[in-house]
Amino acid sequence: MAETENNKILEVKNLRTYFYTDDGVVKAVDGVSFDLKKGETLGIVGETGCGKSVTALSILRLIPEPMGKIVEGEIIFDGKDLLKLGQKELQNFRGNRISMIFQDPMTSLNPVYTVGNQVMESLVVHRKLSKEEARRGSLKLLEMVGIPEPKRRFASYPHEFSGGMRQRVMIAMAIANSPSVLIADEPTTALDVTIQAQILELMDELKSKTNSSIIIITHDLGVVAKYANRVMVMYAGKPIEFSNVDNIFYKPMHPYTIGLMKSITRLDEKNRKKLKPIEGLPPSLIDLPKGCIFRIRCKYAINQCKKEYPPLVEIEKDHRVSCYRAKEFMDGILERFGN
Amino acid sequence: MASIKELEVLEEIETGKKYSRTSLYKDAWKRLKKNKLAMLGLSIVILLILIAIFAPLISPYNPISRIKEDSSLGPGMNHLFGTDLLGRDIFSRVIYGSRISIEVGVIAVGISVIIGLFFGALSGYFGGISDAVIMRVADIFFAFPYILGAIAIMTILGPGIVNIFIAIGILGWASIARIFRSSILTIKNKEYIEAARAMGASNNRIIIKHIFPNSFAPIIVYATMNVGIAIIVEAALSFLGIGVQPPTPAWGKMLADSMAYIDTAPWMMFFPGLAILITVLGFVLLGDGLRDAFDPKLR
Amino acid sequence: MLYFIIRRILQIIPVIIGVTLILFTLMYIIPEDPAKLILEKGATPEALQNLRGKMGIDKPVYVQYWRYIKKLAKGDLGTSYRYRRSVNSILADHYPNSIKLALAAIIIEIIIGIFAGIVSAVKKYSFWDMLVTVSTTIAVCVPVYWLGMMLQVSFGLKLGWLPMSGMGDGSIRYYILPAITLASVSTAFVARMTRSTMLEVLSNDYITTAYAKGLSTNMVIGKHALKNALIPVVTLIGMDLGALMGGAILTETVFNWPGVGRTIYLAILQRDAPVVIGGTIILVMIFVVMNLIVDIIYALLDPRIRYEKKEIQI
Repeated sequence: MAETENNKILEVKNLRTYFYTDDGVVKAVDGVSFDLKKGETLGIVGETGCGKSVTALSILRLIPEPMGKIVEGEIIFDGKDLLKLGQKELQNFRGNRISMIFQDPMTSLNPVYTVGNQVMESLVVHRKLSKEEARRGSLKLLEMVGIPEPKRRFASYPHEFSGGMRQRVMIAMAIANSPSVLIADEPTTALDVTIQAQILELMDELKSKTNSSIIIITHDLGVVAKYANRVMVMYAGKPIEFSNVDNIFYKPMHPYTIGLMKSITRLDEKNRKKLKPIEGLPPSLIDLPKGCIFRIRCKYAINQCKKEYPPLVEIEKDHRVSCYRAKEFMDGILERFGN
Repeated sequence: MASIKELEVLEEIETGKKYSRTSLYKDAWKRLKKNKLAMLGLSIVILLILIAIFAPLISPYNPISRIKEDSSLGPGMNHLFGTDLLGRDIFSRVIYGSRISIEVGVIAVGISVIIGLFFGALSGYFGGISDAVIMRVADIFFAFPYILGAIAIMTILGPGIVNIFIAIGILGWASIARIFRSSILTIKNKEYIEAARAMGASNNRIIIKHIFPNSFAPIIVYATMNVGIAIIVEAALSFLGIGVQPPTPAWGKMLADSMAYIDTAPWMMFFPGLAILITVLGFVLLGDGLRDAFDPKLR
Repeated sequence: MLYFIIRRILQIIPVIIGVTLILFTLMYIIPEDPAKLILEKGATPEALQNLRGKMGIDKPVYVQYWRYIKKLAKGDLGTSYRYRRSVNSILADHYPNSIKLALAAIIIEIIIGIFAGIVSAVKKYSFWDMLVTVSTTIAVCVPVYWLGMMLQVSFGLKLGWLPMSGMGDGSIRYYILPAITLASVSTAFVARMTRSTMLEVLSNDYITTAYAKGLSTNMVIGKHALKNALIPVVTLIGMDLGALMGGAILTETVFNWPGVGRTIYLAILQRDAPVVIGGTIILVMIFVVMNLIVDIIYALLDPRIRYEKKEIQI
């Protein structure tokens, strides 16, 4: 696995996105770095409020100002830092080279325009198409994402669609211009379990067809296990572990990741143990404690954890962890899945 | 944090307590105090009430006595706001005019609140046919432009302050009834009401002891705003000559009298109009502030 | 859609019946004898009795109401006590002027109100937002006729830019001051409503979607946000027509505008109840019809409404 520079399609470096509220500054994303390779699916996992969605929104600079602000970092796409672009240039990237699918298909489509109108818009805004060409293009897209009777559905309004169908429409809009990167922010959370699989399969299929890369943001570890190549685990606005999917699932080295893995049922384990939730609550992102943020909930915490935040270091090849005791997990000194 | 609060609320509902009523009002007051515009409104309202009460002490002249040699004077040392054609002191008349406005505001809105509460309770608590009929009638009152209704009623009843109370009182009930009805509907199905009913409390008792105090907040808000509307409608009626009758000083009537002289004596119309503006502003700001204070989510 | 319109028209009927019933009841308990108003002082009792018979006011009240309704259904609003002319002909001379003025006011209301609301929402907490907030608060509280007089004094009398009153030759200069006066309160409401709905709409997910597509800010606001934000504003404009109709009486009085409003005012002074009631009914009718039009526009704007109405059709 020789990693060459031009293999990376997107690189995020030291991203910090803060929200300024009445109660104080919320450091929603605080020093996130990762890269996305061509053709891969990257999973970003974590609890609600860990900053994974804000990370996604930051990439397209969709953070609602002036409340939220990207205070630091670089987002390199195609050799350009997206954070340095002007509005006009940025608009050329959005929905064209990088596009996004949102969590709630019920609210992500504009209720007062027809589905066809909204899909067409994605095409028209980035290409100079005639009305008829755009119409034909949209019908093709609707067909691609598996909407039955696209001709009839073209003139329907979003409220006439089910949640799963709406998410298909969202996907059609997102892939309209064959983007290099598709960011899916919890694309199936709001959907029925049976529909979830269909949507994910569709995304996977389209990915191989269009040769794009996907960032999938989820709290569903099953989704990650099935579709992601690499995984970044986030906690309280920071990445705490980043590696390929096998390492994350079988050789996690951060106590938080270990906790997550313990909390899922393993179909492959003979004697299924009782589910073990991680004790304690995620911290408020306003007054973060000094040192490691997780240490309050961590039974492995040592003195050093109080002093300084552990840096994200490469413990083994392609496996970065931000924990002082990661090495001990690797070397088997500390038991992972015991009590 | 939020979950702890939720627990508290749940606990209160379970124990049948009054849903943190006292703290609702305390919190609302705290928020109101922080709201500068609302405090401005409150100050205007209090000042206005004081002016109305102490009008005889404040006003330098009798508002209806005519001083012939002083007629049509511009604002000056002797007559702060000038005098009108009949030589009456406008400052004193504006001061006395506050009495009419406050009276109309309070009494007319009082009437509409009583009517509104009665029908709102009937409609919200018992539902069914009474609800359907009352709400359709309320719709008709809503469809009817307020000031047109007031004009029609006043033309028929004839001018006079009592008729103003009646006209504005009758027209204002629908909004109060709707508000009371909807707050009854939301509260009605809460656990503690069911608990009270299960313990054998009568309908009247439930309305008076449980529902009324809890739906008080929105009614205060609406009533405050309605006072402002009532004052502006009264002024309009008096302006059209079907409101308060001369020689009683009313702001609207003063404006009507000044209409013919806006080119020669513009001060005659300036001050009464300003008085109406400030008064209504006071009630509107206070009403807005109360709404925000009772329900910070609405902001 | 057709069902929806028919349903809305049917809903108007009870409103009209209710309004006439209330007005008629009130008119019936009027303490004055209209016969005495019409005839000169010192008319013989026989003449009075004769007239009462002619007018039908010696009949029981329900008979009178039925006659009134029958006449009203034919569009007959009765006879003026003062002029002994039919109320219809008196109002017919004047209502076009009222409608013209009201239209001018609605145009101001829509253009200025919506524009101010959008600017205020998009540039939240800016100087413009503050300006809009302060001026709308004051505009809501200001008595319209006083505002009218102040405008007359400043723009008509002091500056001499615009005519102070009347319709003159009907040129646009005569419309400006009365239309602004008439529109003031409604414009303020529209601006406030636009601001708050716009703010709400801008926080919606589909706005983020629109930005994520690569649309420009102007496109997002002008296409995606505006249509959604306007839906409640259209309703408000409809509901607010009532205030406009009421304001017409005051505004037309101040500006000596030869419309229904001023006719009603003069009739009030002369205690000419049929003209007042007839004029009021005309204003209410204009209000109700405009409301219907607004509702239809509303349904056109918001596909969900059409859908729901279809669903609950029996």
